[in-house]
Amino acid sequence: MLIALRELRRRPRRFAMATGALTLLTVLLLLLGGLLDGLYLGSTGAIRSQDADVFVYTREARSSFLRSRITPEVRDRVEHVDGVADSGGVGLTLLGARALGSAKIADVAVLGYERANSRVPSPPGPGEAWADQRLRADGVKVGRRIEVGPARTPLMVKGYVSDTSFLLQGALWVEPATWRALQRENRPDAAVADGVFQVLTVKALGGIEAKELADRIDTATAGATKSLTRSEAVLSLPGTRQQNSTFQGIIYVTFFVTALVIALFFALLTLERAGLYGVLKAVGASSRHLAAGLVTQAVAVAAIGSAAGAALTAALARGIPAEVPLQFTTGRSASVAVGIVAAAVLGAAVSFHRLLRIDPASAIGGAA
Amino acid sequence: MPALEMRDVRKVYGTGDSEVVALDHATLRVEPDEIVALVGPSGSGKTTLLSIAGGLLTPTSGAVVVGGVELAGANQKELTRFRRERVGFVFQAVNLVPFLTARENLLVVSEMSGRSRNGDSRRRADQLIDELGLTPRRNRLPGSLSGGERQRVAIGRALMNEPALVLVDEPTSALDTHLGEQVMELIRSEVKRRATAAVIVTHDTRMTHYADRTVEIIDGRLHA
Repeated sequence: MLIALRELRRRPRRFAMATGALTLLTVLLLLLGGLLDGLYLGSTGAIRSQDADVFVYTREARSSFLRSRITPEVRDRVEHVDGVADSGGVGLTLLGARALGSAKIADVAVLGYERANSRVPSPPGPGEAWADQRLRADGVKVGRRIEVGPARTPLMVKGYVSDTSFLLQGALWVEPATWRALQRENRPDAAVADGVFQVLTVKALGGIEAKELADRIDTATAGATKSLTRSEAVLSLPGTRQQNSTFQGIIYVTFFVTALVIALFFALLTLERAGLYGVLKAVGASSRHLAAGLVTQAVAVAAIGSAAGAALTAALARGIPAEVPLQFTTGRSASVAVGIVAAAVLGAAVSFHRLLRIDPASAIGGAA
Repeated sequence: MPALEMRDVRKVYGTGDSEVVALDHATLRVEPDEIVALVGPSGSGKTTLLSIAGGLLTPTSGAVVVGGVELAGANQKELTRFRRERVGFVFQAVNLVPFLTARENLLVVSEMSGRSRNGDSRRRADQLIDELGLTPRRNRLPGSLSGGERQRVAIGRALMNEPALVLVDEPTSALDTHLGEQVMELIRSEVKRRATAAVIVTHDTRMTHYADRTVEIIDGRLHA
């Protein structure tokens, strides 16, 4: 392995092309992953922020937050289901909003809610709202008033919350009565009566599986509801599942291309080094030792390519417009780096067969 | 105990009508401090004999014992270990690792057995480098060494594992007469200094006087 590392150090140009290719592939993977994460996190924050195991929709809503209506009667039946620890109503209205003094209209998701969760504190007072950080770019500031909807209903921003947006729209979290009033003023067609919410978020008692509780709830309401687990609720948001599978598909193909690039590079390198490998085998190197050197070089090239790709992506990201939903996470960066290294090792492994077949006797009897 | 003992060794390539006998009932004994020159025309079986003695090829039949190690029946893993520990090779084309310095080319042999960082290996490499007159050039890459210097590094590499037998393949084929004689003298002095045996394959009969004895091979048969 020391030989392999010395070759990398003393003949860097030999590996420059493979490193360059891996750098570009890393940039591509990070941008794709950043877009996927940006779209996913920006679309699903409002649901992911809920401390709930099960989300209850009305059956005819077909898992749509906006179409669903949970009446007090249905809620009562749900709350009496064995295994339900706690529940909270959530309502949602999509509107435009403008910070006072700003000409810019932002798309917002106004959410009326009852229970605090890990990201959103207890409901603010009437006429107040917790605003998602995303809305800061639209001029929304704490202590300032914003006007919501065509009726220009005023809301006072009490503080910021983060990662709570819905379908890439910044969330405004208000107490239920404020939400209902706002809905009546701006979307009378979608207005709901007192006590009605769109979705019920339910916490399960310890030891009860979310899926099992969802089934129990739907049975107890005689099919009036369609209950989803947390992950099902996230994926039921319009386009989320398709978006995830499309991006994941592209990402897997890119990893495959990475493995192919490395396989081709090391196949050519092994062919070129056949004479040298023959000599090393003749003086006592095992195929395993030489294969370990190959893997060492693949890992080093991949690590350097990943690091260079990450640096290049960080530089490129500065030039990408703010409206592009790009979000870089540590987890994604780590998974791309690990994936690149794994693909490189798999690619290098393709050359093992050729390496095994090199005859040490080829070192004797002429130029290797 | 002889350094090399080959008894009735045959090596046959192919089968039936395409059968080629490369080595035909060859019997050779080389004592521990003996240098044997093996001469013969192209295709006579010199390389095959050298390869079999070095554990690079397995004979079709016959017995091969090197430094007390019987090679018949050894598997590839055992042969690899044998080459690493019991024999040294000096190849016709020198074949140094181009991106390693002269000193590192010697340490390659130790690295194969996981001993490159071992102080003993480093001391041995430095000692050999010194004996071979390469100390000022020890950190040079092969590309910046002369042909004679490269050959000296190759000799050092062959001696690095303190082998029972050194196998030298056409050491002077790429050198002029003067340099060839220097290299042969160096091989002789280094091998004799260590009381090591050597088999030197050469087509140059002017160099055979550096050996203790000359064996001729024609059509796979040995003639003392």
